[in-house]
Amino acid sequence: MTIETTRRGFLASAGAAITVLAIGADPRGALAKTAMTGGNFTPFVTIDQDGTVTAIAKHFEGGQGAATGLAALIAEELNMRLQDIQVAFAPSDPERYNNLFFGAFQGTGGSTAIANSYVQYRTAGAAARQMLLTAAAAEWGVDAGALTLKDGQITGAGHSAGIGTFVEAAAALDVPAEPALKDPADFTVIGQEIRARRDTADKIDGSGKFAMDVHLDNQMVAAIARSPRFGGVVASFDDSAARDVPGFIMAQTLPNKAGVVAFAETTWAAFQARDALVVDWDDSNAETRSSDQIRDELIAAVNDAPQFTATDMDAAAVDTLLQGAAQVVEQTFYLPLLAHSPMEPLTATVEPTADGGVIVHDGAQFPTADTMVMNQVLEIPVEKIQVNTLYAGGFFGRRATPNSDYLVELALAFAVTDRTRPVKLVWSREDDVTGGYYRPAFAHKIRAGLDGDGNIIAWDHRVSGQSIFKGTAFEQMIVHDGVDHGSVEGIADGAYAVPGMHVGLTDAKPATSVNWWRSVGHSHTGYVMEVMMDACADAAGADPVDYRLRYLSGDSADAKRMAATIRLAAEQAGWGSDLPAGRSRGIAAHKSFNSYCAQVCEISTDADGVVQIEKFTAAIDCGVAVTPDVVRAQIEGGIGYGVGHVMRDAITLQDGAVAQSNFPDYEPLRISDIKAIDVHIVPSAEAPTGVGEPGTPPAGPALANAIARSGGPRITMLPMVGAVAFA
Amino acid sequence: MTRELKLNGKTVTVDAPDGTPLLWVIRDELKLTGTKFGCGVAACGACTVHVDGQPTRSCQTYVEDLEGAEVTTIEAVGADPIGAAVQQAWTELDVVQCGYCQSGQIMSAVGLLSENPKPTADDIDSYMWGNACRCATYQRIRAGVQRAAEILEG
Repeated sequence: MTIETTRRGFLASAGAAITVLAIGADPRGALAKTAMTGGNFTPFVTIDQDGTVTAIAKHFEGGQGAATGLAALIAEELNMRLQDIQVAFAPSDPERYNNLFFGAFQGTGGSTAIANSYVQYRTAGAAARQMLLTAAAAEWGVDAGALTLKDGQITGAGHSAGIGTFVEAAAALDVPAEPALKDPADFTVIGQEIRARRDTADKIDGSGKFAMDVHLDNQMVAAIARSPRFGGVVASFDDSAARDVPGFIMAQTLPNKAGVVAFAETTWAAFQARDALVVDWDDSNAETRSSDQIRDELIAAVNDAPQFTATDMDAAAVDTLLQGAAQVVEQTFYLPLLAHSPMEPLTATVEPTADGGVIVHDGAQFPTADTMVMNQVLEIPVEKIQVNTLYAGGFFGRRATPNSDYLVELALAFAVTDRTRPVKLVWSREDDVTGGYYRPAFAHKIRAGLDGDGNIIAWDHRVSGQSIFKGTAFEQMIVHDGVDHGSVEGIADGAYAVPGMHVGLTDAKPATSVNWWRSVGHSHTGYVMEVMMDACADAAGADPVDYRLRYLSGDSADAKRMAATIRLAAEQAGWGSDLPAGRSRGIAAHKSFNSYCAQVCEISTDADGVVQIEKFTAAIDCGVAVTPDVVRAQIEGGIGYGVGHVMRDAITLQDGAVAQSNFPDYEPLRISDIKAIDVHIVPSAEAPTGVGEPGTPPAGPALANAIARSGGPRITMLPMVGAVAFA
Repeated sequence: MTRELKLNGKTVTVDAPDGTPLLWVIRDELKLTGTKFGCGVAACGACTVHVDGQPTRSCQTYVEDLEGAEVTTIEAVGADPIGAAVQQAWTELDVVQCGYCQSGQIMSAVGLLSENPKPTADDIDSYMWGNACRCATYQRIRAGVQRAAEILEG
């Protein structure tokens, strides 16, 4: 991948007087050709005179494959091979590079990168194609309809030349307002079995640059001592031991008193100096509870009247229905705090510029937020702030928080210096595991009433956990009538037509900072719904696949698509076929981010009940699969992320302090944990929907259901290691 | 203090006090950033390099213990036929996602194939257990090692 990411970089090219055909959008969102000489150079695709085609990625690349997907959209409309498209990350621009689902805000999240870009990037590619063909036709004095563009060559009417030849002439043409997009029947890239990730080459030889790899001349590295208890603030500190660390520069209390920042010449010195600080914390407003107490409070809340009702049906109405049930299936669930722990610990660098501005070097999930933070904390005008987006070493939601936590830290750390040297903020793994912004802990209690045939006639669902979105800039969008949709999504709005449903929510008293975590609310609701579905199927004496299909028999798109997805996964997994002794299967299915995912987990269990995951078989309906191999990779990864945490992981508090510190006690999924994964894509002509997150919610419950069907416990208290042993 | 290291076939002079992990010498002083910092406690494998051909966690290897040792990092592993085969396999299978752990995965895979030219799935799981991938690309890592073995077999 070509990394030429800053506005500075583009202007440098312009200075070299290279003519480039650049197709982008004007501030109102209409397609526009943009001049290379001004500051408004904001294309989605550029074509150089040597014929090099570069897709400009408005989304960052953190492993989810967005760079490859965006390049594929450009490649398709330019009739090029995906492997011939270069990718560069866009500068920060909330008007031209906004996520079309986010308003005037550039950012990646909610599994929307391809969904929001599908038409936009194809249109940019189609406009470039039409302009190049028009320019070639004029040059040769022939009808454009007689010409074709393929693999960077324009051919027809006895002529043939590379596209670079026509870049200058094409750049002088008006941009077509509505260029014709290719007929999907003619696709040669979208939906094709091509393995050509645009970010493979420089991730296998060490040359790819992540935010952690930024080394600027004269930079200082900053590491921060934070309170072990959430809400603790600095009372005073002693840096006399830190002064003995070679390379130590200084230590300062952050202006918001949330920590003490140690500056040093190198990362190692910064960590050593930070660890040598002796900080006296004022814990008067800090969290002091332990996880057991918090869990008991959540479970008490779901056994009490809910604070908010998230459904049309209320608790009293569903109670009446439950009284008429032939049997009631009742389960209480607890799902703990979880850290995201991407492989690359959090980091970002702020670089002062000669004009009094800054460049932020970041694996930027929300470039607009990077800009806003620097603007507000450092009081630098927006036009003097640039964002250089680098590779992100995983994110799972953690590189964006509603308050942009690590970028605020970076800005505050820079603010306490004389602002002449670049400052690189680095988190250690311990900072990451103990640093908050967790998936909140949740309790659920469900009472499902079944009739004499085992059919669900009533479903009372109580949820309690800490709200992610209340008190944030996202509140208006996501919180309605007191209900944080992020706490209950995936229950009443799932694909199943479950009758007689009441969902009640009680917000928990905040314990730690919390954040969206791969699949957000679905990360707990998916587990609960799908374990309950199996519990109900068992009570009904029904097969778990057949039982789910009972609630997907309607004519809605949801019902049809989820049913087809479940059938595909079941068929591919050999659902219902005989298994060798000691083997069991479980199924789970969940709709999230407008995609449908079903998974069958096959386990082996030895004589001592020790469980090994032998295989996951998954089906995904994500509309048009733009890059099918990336889709499969995301489902493979989503399964691993979902099931690994459910098996082993919890962040717990002891008197308000996090008890875990690093991978030895927040154990990642390991290579031996899942022997095989087989992913199948449901053919679809629907618009593309999410793939980064939808693989995560069904994985845990598919395993839980396999364990229950093996004769093991039905696990409702996570992590599973409290109830079963894994190989 | 100043000392000499043999790194990727060259002798380099570095200035680092005793107790400095090799990881930070490579990354911060020599500016070879392909070797990654993941955990600092040898629990994730992102920092894996070769010391005298053996996959080694550079975050727990100290600069004073490397006198006379040959250190190889991801930047140079492609010069080795096994390294080149692993890189080719990784490309054919599009193993990477975020890619942050992959330098370490590749260094470990090269170590495995150097000892065991035809590893079974269980051999791979056992040898590569210490290399964590939060994106969970394990399925493709396993396939990639086996594909590299095929490539090397010719």
